[in-house]
Amino acid sequence: MTKATETMTNTTVDTAAHDATGARDMTKPVLRLDDIRKSFGSTQVLRGISFEIRPHEVVALLGPSGSGKSTLMKCVNLLEQVDDGQIWLGDTDITDPRANQDQIRSRIGVVFQQFNLFPHMSVMKNVTLAAIKVHHWDRDRAEARALELLDRIGMRDKAGAYPDQLSGGQQQRVAIARALMTDPELLLLDEITSALDPMLVGEVLNMVAELKSQGTTILMATHEMSFAHDAADRIVLLRHGVIAENGTPREVMDESQNPETQEFFAHFRH
Amino acid sequence: MQPQTPAHEVSQVELDRRQYRRQQQIKSVITSLVSTVVFVAVIMVGLHLSPGWPRVKETFFSAEYFVQSFPDVLKGLWLNVRVLLVALVGVAILSTLIALVRTSRSPILFPLRVLALLYTTVMRGVPIIVVLYLIGFGIPGLGLFGRIDPSILGTIAVVMGYSAYVSEVLRAGFDDVHPSQRASARSLGLTAGQTTRLVVIPQALRKVAPALMNDFISMQKDVGLISVLGAVDAVRAAQIDVASTYNFTPYVVASLLFILMSVPFILLNDWYTARLRKRELSAGTV
Repeated sequence: MTKATETMTNTTVDTAAHDATGARDMTKPVLRLDDIRKSFGSTQVLRGISFEIRPHEVVALLGPSGSGKSTLMKCVNLLEQVDDGQIWLGDTDITDPRANQDQIRSRIGVVFQQFNLFPHMSVMKNVTLAAIKVHHWDRDRAEARALELLDRIGMRDKAGAYPDQLSGGQQQRVAIARALMTDPELLLLDEITSALDPMLVGEVLNMVAELKSQGTTILMATHEMSFAHDAADRIVLLRHGVIAENGTPREVMDESQNPETQEFFAHFRH
Repeated sequence: MQPQTPAHEVSQVELDRRQYRRQQQIKSVITSLVSTVVFVAVIMVGLHLSPGWPRVKETFFSAEYFVQSFPDVLKGLWLNVRVLLVALVGVAILSTLIALVRTSRSPILFPLRVLALLYTTVMRGVPIIVVLYLIGFGIPGLGLFGRIDPSILGTIAVVMGYSAYVSEVLRAGFDDVHPSQRASARSLGLTAGQTTRLVVIPQALRKVAPALMNDFISMQKDVGLISVLGAVDAVRAAQIDVASTYNFTPYVVASLLFILMSVPFILLNDWYTARLRKRELSAGTV
């Protein structure tokens, strides 16, 4: 466990979290993909993807539509089965059918593009659901933790509200808080701003930037190029189901000599 | 909720529009009033002009027989209420199971899915009275269980018939829950069962509540059909009175009681549907 999100409760723990997780975790990847392959019918969507994410690293997964981003995210989250290859979460091979999939999912926090929150539950119920039902926390502990998280995103007063009473940006922030409730080892953000009004994108991205500063390990698929450039430690660029680029934002976005890569990023430089 | 605009003076255009809307409203109220009065008058005159009216009136709407049969029929209605409550629980359980099987995707459940499909198809096609006869006379006819109270057999038949309808309504509700909801729940580590119970079913029920209430109201009157098996419910009690007096007023008494029983639920249904509509209309901010 990186316990990265523990820092959500306390801004000063940034360095402490590094200490707590120790040097061992710093070298050992949180997530490791080894030659992942996935086809739908005769279409090869992922054709041998390998990369790793180290503790406290923020990796942005970029690529044009159809490059395999979503499929890859779904494989990591066990919503899709890989056809070949292995995915390691810490020491667990999560592609092993003998592994407890529900337990693995509970170690990864996930936020989707939209419809994350359960509309029939209040914000508080949404945020505490998994802690109580999956991790068997008692209600008091779960609610205390939820209030801390909501407080940090300035939404403590919305604890009793229902999702449809919130703006899209607020909904996504609550969804992130919910994903962080039980200190996941990895946070997956799957195009979390794609369905938002441009006015609301900023508040969500600010929250992600804050998580990064606190040491949360994040894999995010996104179309927000400038945000990826500024916030990500590393960019993984997919093209036709293979990794076209894997490096720092500077290396991939500014200095790549690959014409296709240059063309991809040129679309976003207006 | 209206923002305060103290200094604003309403424009002439808006005043005109309001006046026009008021006029239209008054016009439509008058139209509906007049048409109602005319309609009722035509019926009344028609009835009074028909040569048999006095006899029909005496046979169906006799005050004397009304008072006389009321206690018997009311006592019978108590059986309907009990049957209804038991059937409600039975239908809730059976139809949820059928709907869950129908919406499942696991290959292992394929035979069950076919069975559920057959069940809903056959049961919705067969008139409920035939189901009542089959269960009510067929099962005792097997001679396996000894004597079974006809009201129990009737309840079973009603549960079987209505579960087919209700399961299809529920299935539509389950299918209507956005796939992301299931994905979100599973991502949190909830098991498939927890996801269904905590996330899918509550949302599905909200979506199909008006349709379910409609089926409930319909079932409320159809529990009267158990009278064909000889159970002394409101309809049967009325029938007994009719047989001894040759006056049909007891049936009217039974109908009236059934209507009274359903009115609260009809009002509840209307209120709930209106509330849902309002909520959907107001949810335009996202």
